[in-house]
Amino acid sequence: MVQLTINGVARDIDVDPETPLLWVLREQAGLTGTKFGCGIAQCGACTVHIDGVATRSCAMPVSAIDAAQEIVTIEGLSPEGSHPVQQAWLALDVPQCGYCQAGMIMAATALLNTTPNPTDDDINAEITNICRCGTYNRVRAAIKLAAANSSAAQKG
Amino acid sequence: MGRVAKIARRTFLGLGVAAAGGLAVGYYMYKRPYSNPLEEDLPAEEAAFTPYIRIGKESGITIIAPRAEMGQGIHTTLAALVAEELDVGMDQIKVEHGLPGKAYYNQAMFNQVAAFPWFDDGLKATATREMMRVMSKFIAMQATGGSSSTIDGYEKMRRAGAAAREVLKAAAAKRWNVDVSKLETEAGKVIHPDGRTLEYTELATDAAKLEIPSSVELRSSLDWKILGKPQRRVDIRKMVTGAPIFGIDVQLPDMIYGTVRMSPRMGAKAVKFDDAPALAIKGVRKVVQIDTAVGSGFGIIADNTWAAFQGAKALEVEWGEAPYPADDAGIETLYRDALARAPDWIRDEAGDVDKAFADAEPATVVEAEYEVPFLAHATMEPMSATAQFRDGKLTIWTGTQMPGVDAQVAAKFLGIETEDVTVHVTRLGGSFGRRAGDPALYAAALAPAAEGRPVKVTWSREEDMQHGFYRPRALAKLRAIVQPGKSPETIDVSIAAPSVMAGLFGRFAPETPLPAEDEQTLEGMAGQPNVWANSRFAAHNMKTAIQVGLLRSVGGSYNGFFHEGFMDELAEKAGLDPIDMRISMMSAAEHRPARLVMEKLRDVSNWGRALPPGHGKGVGFTLSYGSWVGEVVEVAVTDGDIRIVKVWCVADPGHVLDPAIYSDQMMSGIIFGLSTAMGQAITFEDGRVQQENFYDFDAIRMAQCPEIEVHLLENSPRIGGAGECGVPPSIPALANAIHAVTGKRLRKTPFNLAVSFA
Repeated sequence: MVQLTINGVARDIDVDPETPLLWVLREQAGLTGTKFGCGIAQCGACTVHIDGVATRSCAMPVSAIDAAQEIVTIEGLSPEGSHPVQQAWLALDVPQCGYCQAGMIMAATALLNTTPNPTDDDINAEITNICRCGTYNRVRAAIKLAAANSSAAQKG
Repeated sequence: MGRVAKIARRTFLGLGVAAAGGLAVGYYMYKRPYSNPLEEDLPAEEAAFTPYIRIGKESGITIIAPRAEMGQGIHTTLAALVAEELDVGMDQIKVEHGLPGKAYYNQAMFNQVAAFPWFDDGLKATATREMMRVMSKFIAMQATGGSSSTIDGYEKMRRAGAAAREVLKAAAAKRWNVDVSKLETEAGKVIHPDGRTLEYTELATDAAKLEIPSSVELRSSLDWKILGKPQRRVDIRKMVTGAPIFGIDVQLPDMIYGTVRMSPRMGAKAVKFDDAPALAIKGVRKVVQIDTAVGSGFGIIADNTWAAFQGAKALEVEWGEAPYPADDAGIETLYRDALARAPDWIRDEAGDVDKAFADAEPATVVEAEYEVPFLAHATMEPMSATAQFRDGKLTIWTGTQMPGVDAQVAAKFLGIETEDVTVHVTRLGGSFGRRAGDPALYAAALAPAAEGRPVKVTWSREEDMQHGFYRPRALAKLRAIVQPGKSPETIDVSIAAPSVMAGLFGRFAPETPLPAEDEQTLEGMAGQPNVWANSRFAAHNMKTAIQVGLLRSVGGSYNGFFHEGFMDELAEKAGLDPIDMRISMMSAAEHRPARLVMEKLRDVSNWGRALPPGHGKGVGFTLSYGSWVGEVVEVAVTDGDIRIVKVWCVADPGHVLDPAIYSDQMMSGIIFGLSTAMGQAITFEDGRVQQENFYDFDAIRMAQCPEIEVHLLENSPRIGGAGECGVPPSIPALANAIHAVTGKRLRKTPFNLAVSFA
């Protein structure tokens, strides 16, 4: 039995502790928004937050996660897609097939939490997820839009 | 009967007695519609109008967009085509893929097997296209591919919307007892001359009792309110909130999980195996041997996907020998041998090529050899499908480009009727020509062992990478005669490549009546808008058990590079500007859209303007899948590392139905093409694909992504495609830009074999 806190809810999950978090999220917790892409932390489709840090869940065994650590998935990022990053994604119609986008949004959110106004170099360094549809330029624009909207909101 | 149909019938009769005899009967059958799949399971409160529209008082207006949505925005654009004529807002409708049905066959896709340039409107070309249209109806293949969905739906979907609108108006006219010609429609309502309105949802039940008009007038594009303007993508909210919309997300009561481990040597089977180590993994329930026409190997059924993956790894198997040369050097000999043989078919033969070369001064002859490797699709969502076999009936849930093929191959494998297979088509997490056939087939093969429970079969990335339907490796020899200061007039091209159509249909639908000559082998090479006094484009077909298939832009993905890389060499030899030379060769009247694309491209890319040191530009143009696309790539070299700075793209698809989605497809195609050019290759050793995952088959990521500027034109007389068309010119444009700045001529992808990228 493994204890995890997922999207604010503490859960007891009966699973082999060596199972990567990705599969526990998708199959035991039923949260399929986090995607399987490569299984070796190469592509970023499985990105979630653990205590606010962007983490590739496909290569992270649940045994390595403490019950007190906060796991946030795309489903838990906001009610009804209201997070500024999701709003920017909606405003710029970012996704094409959409498969990598949950991972992109989680990576972008984590970046903006530490770097509220990222430069192009910051974005290049931190957003290393693969998108085979090639939405990168819209992802970049949406990150900047979310940053601008957040800083405008803070200035009031 | 409309004008098009009359011409069609007359031209059939000109095709010879046998064809005319068959088609006289065939034509009657052709006019008879397939039954409307929506009628079968219609909820009581809903009415169906054509196979594309359902309207219910409670459920509202639903549009069926029966093509696979894999990011190309097709659900949005097909729905927009219906909405435009139906007079409903895009925010008033729901869009569904719907259950597969013969009524949803794709007419336009088969036009591409016709051996005529896109701009050839001669009698023979027109008649052949029309015959393909008829043939497509009998094959009734519901398929998404070849950038054909908007071409296919362009009239069909608008007619559906218009027919439904007219019958809804007729119902309102009856209810109000007014002449139907006095009524208007807007935003899902019929409007009475006195201003009263009736919602479509209130009229649907009455309207369903009336006869649907068989002919309707379509509105002029000048009156369009939705088409031609950017629309928000259907399902965007689901995509940004992580909703379960992909095949891999399917969750069903009582579901169990599985994966496959198929022979890494294509066409080979297990010689010896031991499943005990797999069964010893906690959670693994069964190991099932799978033997199909596509691949042989094992399925693992488990309590969860992770256990299935562990089981697949633990399985001990000794595989048989590959029925093809074991490594790249051996495979290369197949290509060299094919080129040494006489060509299997020739296109665009003009003048006297042999005499021209015999007479040419040796110094004026340019010769080059170009080559590309096999490529994997590497979709973000690995192959997956869920299947449930119960009471002799099979249900499949999967993202697929060919649900009809999936049903057929699964039914054949299980020995049941195709009618006993239901395929639920989900959104596709990328496809690029990959998703069809084997994911559904293997899930069906595992389903009986799941004893009535649904089993979700997910492939590991490694399994996906090593069991693709690869873009074929291809080898070309090109030669031309170039006089200084003059555009070349003589070209001779030989291409060795296996047929992708034979690969695809041979695996899944061997009964499909395919022409022996696969036009895809020369797609993007023959049929280009250039005038040659002497020309010959020859295909050297070859067979290999290495599985090949359709990868985004298919033949264009290599021919665009071969043709346009070579054209750059010819311009250099002639001492001409590469854009000027191309325009001078696009000289026939029907080449006008090509000239206008290149002129626009020259302007927007500031072609010819001085560049900073270390920068260079290259150009490429390819007419493929009905769209005329030119691209300029600018690169910068710093400390020997090449960075792609910017790409300019000018595309002419005739009609732009959604400028934002169309531009996105160009950008997407460019990044896809540049990714193949920079670093992608599938190679063989010991009969196995060597690449495993994204670390050895990578793609452009954020840090390497160039700025991309897209301009759209509408000079082409017919609507063309989107998904494929951005790919072909991007690869030569990059090669030519690298040449411009480094002097290095790149004739083989991936370019990182010869140069280094930042």
